Amino acid sequence: MQLAKVIGNVVVTRKDENLTGVTLLVLQPIAADGSNIGRTLVAVDSVGAGVGETVFFVRGKEASFPFHPTEVPADAGVVGIVDCWHVDARPERGPADAASARRSLQASRPVAEPR
Amino acid sequence: MILARVVGTVVATRKDPRLVSNKLLVARPMDPHGKAEGNYLVAVDTVDAGVGETVLIVSGSSARMAAGMKDCPVDAAIVGIVDHVEVAAGD
Repeated sequence: MQLAKVIGNVVVTRKDENLTGVTLLVLQPIAADGSNIGRTLVAVDSVGAGVGETVFFVRGKEASFPFHPTEVPADAGVVGIVDCWHVDARPERGPADAASARRSLQASRPVAEPR
Repeated sequence: MILARVVGTVVATRKDPRLVSNKLLVARPMDPHGKAEGNYLVAVDTVDAGVGETVLIVSGSSARMAAGMKDCPVDAAIVGIVDHVEVAAGD
């Protein structure tokens, strides 16, 4: 699973019938310090997440499991909304530097209040 | 899933029998703002998409969960035609 920020949603009228009624969210994966990492993707939502929230999501066929027994054709799905997270940002080797201290500060902050 | 723009079609005569009568399209992945990114891919079309349209592509083993794709040798399927994408300001 991976952390991501919900940055938008996708409106699709003509779609696979098993996607009917399923919310599609645009996700921006984020690193432990909250910075953007990798490409954006579209994921199905099974927890009622919305734009601005930090979530975690699964990749692969497992994304459709929350909708069982419906076989939703999805390869990414939001499975949880993050309240807050904390990472011990000490580097794996070498002394802590200013940058990692800054990352530690950012990583331990609570996520923004949803709109 | 990824957003992509359909840029072409693929014609194949000799192919796996389970792919017969499936439409294959060439798509270019794009970001939510419409900027192309990454490599072109061939996806099987299950929603009657056409060249120039923005589509939703499901990849990997999940592509076989698209309508009519059970047990087909596919790893990318177009499962929706995108009307529009709403992205929060600043993202």
